[in-house]
Amino acid sequence: MTASRVISPREPAGTVHPEGIITRYTLNERLNHWFAALTYLYCLITGLAFWSPYMYWLAAIVGGGPTARFWHPWFGLAFTVSVFLMYDMWHRDMRTTEADKQWSKDVEYYIKNEDEKLPPIGRFNHGQKIFFWLMLYGIILLLISGIGLWFVESIPWSLHWLRYLAVTIHVAAALATIGGFIIHVYMGTAMVRGGFTSIIRGEVSTAWAKTHHRLWYEQVTGDTSTKK
Amino acid sequence: MSQATLSIRQISGHAGAAPGENVERDYQVCKLIDTTTCIGCKACEVACLEWNGYTFTDTVFDNSYQTMPETAWNYWNLIKFNEHERADGSITLLMRKDQCMHCADPGCLKACPADGAIVQYTNGIVDFQQQNCIGCGYCVSGCPFDIPKFNPTTKKMFKCTLCVDRVSEGLEPACIKSCPTGCLHFGSKEDMVDLAETRAKQLRENYGIKEAGVYDPAGVGGTGVIYVLHDVNNPEAYGGLPKDPHIPWVVRFWKGPAKWIGNLAMLGGILGVTLHYLRYGPKQVVHDHDLEGEPEQDKNRQDKNNGGRP
Repeated sequence: MTASRVISPREPAGTVHPEGIITRYTLNERLNHWFAALTYLYCLITGLAFWSPYMYWLAAIVGGGPTARFWHPWFGLAFTVSVFLMYDMWHRDMRTTEADKQWSKDVEYYIKNEDEKLPPIGRFNHGQKIFFWLMLYGIILLLISGIGLWFVESIPWSLHWLRYLAVTIHVAAALATIGGFIIHVYMGTAMVRGGFTSIIRGEVSTAWAKTHHRLWYEQVTGDTSTKK
Repeated sequence: MSQATLSIRQISGHAGAAPGENVERDYQVCKLIDTTTCIGCKACEVACLEWNGYTFTDTVFDNSYQTMPETAWNYWNLIKFNEHERADGSITLLMRKDQCMHCADPGCLKACPADGAIVQYTNGIVDFQQQNCIGCGYCVSGCPFDIPKFNPTTKKMFKCTLCVDRVSEGLEPACIKSCPTGCLHFGSKEDMVDLAETRAKQLRENYGIKEAGVYDPAGVGGTGVIYVLHDVNNPEAYGGLPKDPHIPWVVRFWKGPAKWIGNLAMLGGILGVTLHYLRYGPKQVVHDHDLEGEPEQDKNRQDKNNGGRP
């Protein structure tokens, strides 16, 4: 293994290298992804501690209940900023296309690892896109309800139903993002080998791109010879 | 403050049974406030501040006797003044000593996530244990009386303790001791309800106050602070005393079924992806030479190690 990197930090995603390497994520995309991952993880651990007495011990691993409570909203804000940056970076790639709709109809084949029966898709598949929008809308709800919970005493008693609404929304949105998070981590680490490496090192092989994101592969390489 | 001399009925945010839970020793204590003999002198406020070591805070003048809009983290006991128009058009001034009601079914304790931050003793006193409090403010959402208040300096919640430190030593709360008219009483719940009912009956029969009655709301299982009101059907007139207080159903759902639904969903998700992996395993990268029928034996292993790099 050579120490020198094939891809450079400043080149755009989709840059094809003669070594059979394609840049999948720029350095900025990777940094932001891991900033989001760490801030989300902090909110997840502390949030679960506040969620159930049976998970309150989780607060101990981040410095105890009061510390967890102090930082949870600030890490939440940091995560929000990160998600909004992601929106800026990726929202053009996250629009649902006709191929995505067909892909979703045939998602059964994706689940069963019969990918050859699926239509070719672009840089992100529909599952990734749904996860992106889930986290975006999720964090908007978590932000608004979280501010309500943060400054709960500032909600006047005449509007105290807002206190209950904030609790409800915060819990529901958090659970929804946790569902997406479980699938996201599973797909990125265990299921799609090479995905985890790509979000760390930023690169994938042309074969990987052709297998998992054929339209994107064809678009960045101009190679349409493998079309079935 | 922790009171080792009292026995615990239940504590907040605790997995499993609380230490010493349901050990019966004390009878239930109760504070009786007779609003019909309160003169709004605020001696109870002074006594509360003195005993608990707080100083007076600046008052806010709003063209009434009301000195501040509501209780504060360092001001647990406040007389609420309300000008009330009677049916005949005459005006009366309703005065109600506002503080923690020490509910038998406390919403604050229900909502609290911190282990042991809120304790209910067998004598009925609901007390915050600031050493365990994390300052999240969930108790604010759980309380139907808007009582818990946040100290921004220490980031802990505070409220009336019913002078748990005095009561556990056999003394009455400081406010009771200071009352000049005798409108405040302290004793067992049974005695106080009896006294309150006697007083309400006296008001109805001897003073012609037909609607006089006792405020001991059943929605929160009864309270450790009860009132005699001139008009028990309109407690809202006394500075917003809720007519039928109960733990908000959202808080009940959140701390009950929602917890189990959410936990099962999270466990189901983890179990689901695990089973999926065992059944289907990872996705393989297809190489051109594979398509051409020239599989290489060690390709898969390389994929795993190199992120699909050939």
